Amino acid sequence: MEDFWGVAISVLRMWFSLVVGLIMLPAMFGVSLGITESYMKVLIKTLKWATMRIQRGAQEQQEQQTLKASASNEIIQRDEGSMEQEIGELRRSQPKHQEGGDFALSDVFYFSRKGIETIVEDEVTQRFTSEELVSWNLLTRTNLNFYYISLRLTILWGVGVVVRYCILLPLRITLTCIGLTWLVIGTTLVGFLPNIRVKNWLSELVHVMCYRICARGLSAVIHYHNKENRPKRGGICVANHTSPIDIVILANDGCYAMVGQVHGGLMGVIQRAMVRSCPHIWFERAEMKDRHLVTQRLKDHVNDKTKLPILIFPEGTCINNTSVMMFKKGSFEIGGTIYPVAIKYDPQFGDAFWNSSKYNMVSYLLRMMTSWAIMCNVWYLPSMTQEDGEDAVQFANRVKSAIARQGGLVDLSWDGGLKRGKVKETLKEQQQKQYSSMVVGEDSSGSGDASD
Amino acid sequence: MGSRASSLLREEDIEEIKKETGFSHSQITRLYSRFHSLDKGENGALSREDFQRIPELAINPLGDRIINAFFPEGEDQVNFRGFMRTLAHFRPVEDNEKNKHLDASEPLNSRSNKLLFAFRLYDLDRDDKISRDELLQVLRMMVGVNISDEQLGSIADRTIQEADTNGDMCISFSEFIKVLEKVDVEQKMSIRFLH
Repeated sequence: MEDFWGVAISVLRMWFSLVVGLIMLPAMFGVSLGITESYMKVLIKTLKWATMRIQRGAQEQQEQQTLKASASNEIIQRDEGSMEQEIGELRRSQPKHQEGGDFALSDVFYFSRKGIETIVEDEVTQRFTSEELVSWNLLTRTNLNFYYISLRLTILWGVGVVVRYCILLPLRITLTCIGLTWLVIGTTLVGFLPNIRVKNWLSELVHVMCYRICARGLSAVIHYHNKENRPKRGGICVANHTSPIDIVILANDGCYAMVGQVHGGLMGVIQRAMVRSCPHIWFERAEMKDRHLVTQRLKDHVNDKTKLPILIFPEGTCINNTSVMMFKKGSFEIGGTIYPVAIKYDPQFGDAFWNSSKYNMVSYLLRMMTSWAIMCNVWYLPSMTQEDGEDAVQFANRVKSAIARQGGLVDLSWDGGLKRGKVKETLKEQQQKQYSSMVVGEDSSGSGDASD
Repeated sequence: MGSRASSLLREEDIEEIKKETGFSHSQITRLYSRFHSLDKGENGALSREDFQRIPELAINPLGDRIINAFFPEGEDQVNFRGFMRTLAHFRPVEDNEKNKHLDASEPLNSRSNKLLFAFRLYDLDRDDKISRDELLQVLRMMVGVNISDEQLGSIADRTIQEADTNGDMCISFSEFIKVLEKVDVEQKMSIRFLH
């Protein structure tokens, strides 16, 4: 019995010294031993082989068709004609009416085709579910067309499960726990120091260290581009939002002041510790509702040029990383310089999107930690400021387009709040107005308004 | 989630839907995964609310009428079979389908079935006639508050006058077909499904 415990303890000691020596220490000082790189290389090779097997298997079953089909995720091809063009075309073959308004029974064809198209495929709702992959990545998450293909592939998948759950998962949990504990202890200790320059420096060091350890805990491979554009003090960093991990990704390369709501439980402990060492902006739930107060506190922060740049995700909700949705104008009313950042994850190794209506935080993190890796690209864009004669909404759209272009994401004007809420009635009224002007003509639609 | 979706759809079902609607195997599995993601209640059927949750459909002036086309009289749920049957109206007419017009059962995407779909958008009470009142209501849905009652009334009157041949002040389906005989219904009421 004693022998068993002796062995167990020495195994544990081995485990921890390996973790500390090979991962923790390099992570703390931002050095790479090249372990992750070689892991990624092996991974890419394996996935390539698997894809080849899948293709061969498909050919044997004479199903090239389905595989080709999976190369693009679209079900239909839409005509991008405007309402005027399309209805105009519909009416061409019918007699013209000059007076009293233009209407043809065939006008409904336009609306019904549009309507059915959106039922088959729409731009918004599919941004709130995981992106479909072009080929299977040997994780449990699969696409429609991938099931049993060959024995060897199934064995490979099985080995993958063992590696991911029995080796990677415990390792990653250990790392994350160490990282978070260190964050709480470190920031609390730094918090006791008097307000001198050393404190800021130490606080940043502790933050970056912890985030680096946490990033290893997710096997994150992050490529930063255009580092010369990194957010500077006294500015606001805005980025597209895919998951809470975005914060870890960005904070690996610099410190940010976070904005958010005060949470309870474990999150609360971490938040309280963090705010001791450096000025993050946490709001009570009731305070969040007071827009004026929020803006004022953010303004005060931005005006203090010694404070860290604020990190904001203006979409307000997680999107599946295929598109950028409407930026809420609030963050653009504060003033100051905006530092846009585009984050694009590589979905091949793991799905970073947090589908918060489907998974809670813990099961999301578990999924992350049992994925192959998180690989992502971060682009720092040149800083932007509001131009003369530009209102907050226009400015927000300009920043959004820049991020979309850089990250290769679809630029949508829809509100991410549609994930939970309903669409605004005004958007329908716009459509009706547009159609009305086709019925009575541009100029007389004004008089129609007046008579109501 | 994709794998679960496809496993719920049996091969026999796919075959039957294929026969009934003319969609290909891969189109059916893809549309099934779409159906599945719209089905928030996860009970294998869609309700009106499930459709209304699509923002682009919610802003369509005729959105409610189009949603209604999926629900047979008195039903408030539509299963995958019914969903596909309605979508099939919008399949393009293929050349080889045009020729076998004399078949016992007409395909769902035939010209007259496409026209019937449009006709039913107007025919609110499903009595196979479009009355002046029904036409006015549908016009109102399309234009919102932007056009006066008077003007809309005269548009409705004129439209009915032009279409009505038997003097009952209503538009029957055969009169509807006659009015639209020059319109390229086959193309305008079709969606390009890929694969």
